[in-house]
Amino acid sequence: MTERWDAIVIGAGHNGLTCAAYLGRAGRKVLVLERSSTVGGMAGMRRFAEGCSVPGCAHLLYHLNPRVVADLELQSHGLRLAASHLPTVALDENGGHLTLTERSVDGPGISPQQRAVYAAFMDRLRRFAAVLAAAGETRPPRLVSDQWRDYLTLAALGWKVWQLGRDDMRELMRIGAINIFDVLQEEFDNPLLKGALCLDAVLGTHMGPRSPNTVLNFLHRLAGQTGAGVAVADGGMQGVISALERAAVARGVEIRVNTAASRIVTDADGVTGVELASGELLACRMVLSSADPKTTFQRLLGPQVLDTGFNRRIHNLRMRGTAAKLHLALRGAPAFRGLDAAALGGRLLIAPSPDYIELAFDAAKYGAGSEHPAMEITIPTVHTRALAPAGMHVLSAVVQYAPAGLRGGWSADAKAGFMERILTQLARYAPGIREQIVSAELLTPADLEAEYGVTGGHWHHGELALDQFMMLRPVPGAAQYAAPIPGLYLCGAGAHPGGGVSGTPGRNAAQAALAGGLRR
Amino acid sequence: MIMPLRDRRLLETPLHTRLAAACETQQWYAWKGFAAVQCFTTVLQEYFAIRNSAGLFDLFPMTKYRIQGRDSRAYLNRLVTRDLSALKPGRVSYCVWCNDAGQVLDDGTVFCLGEEDWRLCSQERHLDWLLWSAQGFDVRIHEETTELAGLAIQGPTSCRILRNAGAAGLEQLPPFQHAAFTCAGVSMLISRTGFTGDLGYEIWFDPARALAVWDGLLEAGNNHGLRPIGSQALDIARIEAGFIQAGVDFMPAEQVVRPDRARSPFELGLGRFVDFRKPGFNGRRALQAEQQRGSRHRLLLLDVEGSHPARDAFIYNRARQVVGTVTSATWSPSAKANIAIASVRTPWGRDNDGLWAEVYYRRELQWEKVRACCRVVKGPFFDPPRKKATPALDF
Ligand SMILES: Cc1cc2nc3c(=O)[nH]c(=O)nc-3n(C[C@H](O)[C@H](O)[C@H](O)COP(=O)(O)OP(=O)(O)OC[C@H]3O[C@@H](n4cnc5c(N)ncnc54)[C@H](O)[C@@H]3O)c2cc1C
Repeated sequence: MTERWDAIVIGAGHNGLTCAAYLGRAGRKVLVLERSSTVGGMAGMRRFAEGCSVPGCAHLLYHLNPRVVADLELQSHGLRLAASHLPTVALDENGGHLTLTERSVDGPGISPQQRAVYAAFMDRLRRFAAVLAAAGETRPPRLVSDQWRDYLTLAALGWKVWQLGRDDMRELMRIGAINIFDVLQEEFDNPLLKGALCLDAVLGTHMGPRSPNTVLNFLHRLAGQTGAGVAVADGGMQGVISALERAAVARGVEIRVNTAASRIVTDADGVTGVELASGELLACRMVLSSADPKTTFQRLLGPQVLDTGFNRRIHNLRMRGTAAKLHLALRGAPAFRGLDAAALGGRLLIAPSPDYIELAFDAAKYGAGSEHPAMEITIPTVHTRALAPAGMHVLSAVVQYAPAGLRGGWSADAKAGFMERILTQLARYAPGIREQIVSAELLTPADLEAEYGVTGGHWHHGELALDQFMMLRPVPGAAQYAAPIPGLYLCGAGAHPGGGVSGTPGRNAAQAALAGGLRR
Repeated sequence: MIMPLRDRRLLETPLHTRLAAACETQQWYAWKGFAAVQCFTTVLQEYFAIRNSAGLFDLFPMTKYRIQGRDSRAYLNRLVTRDLSALKPGRVSYCVWCNDAGQVLDDGTVFCLGEEDWRLCSQERHLDWLLWSAQGFDVRIHEETTELAGLAIQGPTSCRILRNAGAAGLEQLPPFQHAAFTCAGVSMLISRTGFTGDLGYEIWFDPARALAVWDGLLEAGNNHGLRPIGSQALDIARIEAGFIQAGVDFMPAEQVVRPDRARSPFELGLGRFVDFRKPGFNGRRALQAEQQRGSRHRLLLLDVEGSHPARDAFIYNRARQVVGTVTSATWSPSAKANIAIASVRTPWGRDNDGLWAEVYYRRELQWEKVRACCRVVKGPFFDPPRKKATPALDF
């Protein structure tokens, strides 16, 4: 052990990079270890066919934290948005699509009254989401505490809720406790509109529209969209990742790819280093892990050095991924029935009604893939031409539901069968699409787990639910970024405030670690 | 669903027929689902058997776990607060174990039967906790409560009686040691352990042979004052010895609902069984923090003025503030003192700082109350040299 690092960050996903850049900015000597050959993690790009790349998981920017952008000067490191405030198109098999923006909805069968209800509804939910966004900016308070800081955070949060006013406050409490289906049922009658909104509440979760916690997920998705709405960076997600990487390197951070951490090494007083798969031991004062909580605690640290009750909570952490990722290389642009080619840059949803999604989820509940999957589709080549050779396009879609724990496992046959169901469904909306396919790839949650090292291939590194949220995220005892082992911090999506490309957990964790001081 | 009456009755230990025959008072109680005897004849008669000759107590309902496998030592060392890394086969260790917050789940004895073979005996059931604790360890955990019979033989003549029954060389067995013997014609494990603070043994054997062992011991002890004892006599003896009991002197932390009801080992006077020199064990971080911050409660052995046992009494300080409660109390015939175990809030009870108990008692149905001064006692009320003497003294 010749060199000694102030901090070793495990994982060069966007949160790991963010965290490292903040630590570097504070003058710390930081090393980032990444098991895969490229940086970016689930926000990274992936070459899946000759000359064709796609975002491996995340394809849309919802909640990139403006403070992270400013603090790390990401714009001077090349971050630009290629598109912002992207509309959502709720696809209709017969071409009667609806177009949703932040405050408007248009399309056949939408009455002026429904239009007004939509604007008011979204305004209100955005007010609620703003409370959530504010809560995401800081370390969650501890429930039982003797530190003024925890009470201050709680008080600030209470103040935010209070500011909503009596009616909103009541409404937030009310809908927070029910589900998105019931909430939408009160406001809207158009199934296509409701289906589109439902999908936003269940993407990346093991939930159907009638499941508890769907309102929370809907708000989480809205929480970051105050600035640019739904956006795409110049160069796609790679634009974000490259800027973060440059920002980190500019602050002296060293990044080693193809270097998996195999063990977090501790002694009686806390973390002492990280052991690599090669057996090499790297000494450090603290470790910040952006690997998911189960990987971090059960595999890298090991339950032997943790207390039984904590292990039990980690074991019980729910993180069953259900989102699969579809990648297609297409000859020419796909043609959706009745959809203007100009609309291909938006989010295209196959979610014709709440019941369609609920039925799709039913299968997952019993360990099967959906017969008729729901999808969120983007055509990244619309914004980033370079992702495919001239004349070609790539399609990137989140497909639900494909449960991580598929009964019988994700065999080649099971995968082929699910792929066939996806294509059948796609072809109902884009009839010629099969003939355009040059190359196709399906990543099930099992593949995502293998590819990105995330247990269950879960979007948020752990289900976003009230019992795994804020001061309970991922579990009590590790909810303020600091793990029970001194010197170990969580800095990935499994920590507060959760997943999506935001950089917020990475930033908050770095701040918690810096406030906690360097050990020894 | 209402079960047929027959199925709701308490279970019977393998010695039930013998217990029933000897139990003149018919005073039974439920011990972990088994019918156990409170008192066979009179409490004092049984108590004096424990102190002056020997008492025989059925331990069958005691919870027993077998822990085996490559990591069994490491597993137990992480489970309990005491350092077991050097405990040799043949040794027994009195241990406490805690949850993450450093609050005591239970206390009990750990038997090292072999490098990879251990037994844990306790008052409460812990299978769930033990299984959860096994994550990451190569161990097999098996509850053997009903597969192993146990008898406690406690008192000055206990060694003599067991030797009479065939346990040759038993006198050489030091305290907290166990070994295999043949006794009353049955092969068994005998440990020099017990709950009375005196010379005494616990013997462990196949339940199928329980009647033979019982009969053989009573016969061997015929001229040495051996008699069956119930829980009430034992309770006096254990309070004299200063031994605390789960569910009586502390709430097992897993059963606690209110946050301040659980206790740490320090708060139960068991700090000497917490070993921070070993790296990782359940509750270590919390206990270290407590050591720095100071404990909230303190366990006291009290010598209470007067003769009315201070059962359930509040403990007051000089300023007449309630600072704690008595958890166990009895008149001690051996110490000729009115003794109690109490839990008080710190800083009270550090030394004799004027604590007193408000004792209620009845005289011909009428309630009376006295204010009784309490003297904090440092060691147990009963602690004879013969407890530790090896070879065991012959009486
Ligand atoms: C199908 C799908 C679609 C999604 N779509 C979107 C979207 O459109 N928009 C959005 O905002 N979010 C989306 N998400 C969520 C988003 O991708 C994640 O929440 C986010 O990328 C998590 O970032 P992270 O840095 O916390 O973790 P990760 O990106 O998972 O990074 C963790 C890194 O740690 C590395 N690692 C793990 N173990 C080790 C080890 N032992 N040693 C070294 N390195 C290790 C991994 O290789 C990985 O690079 C999607 C998720 C999925 C699954």
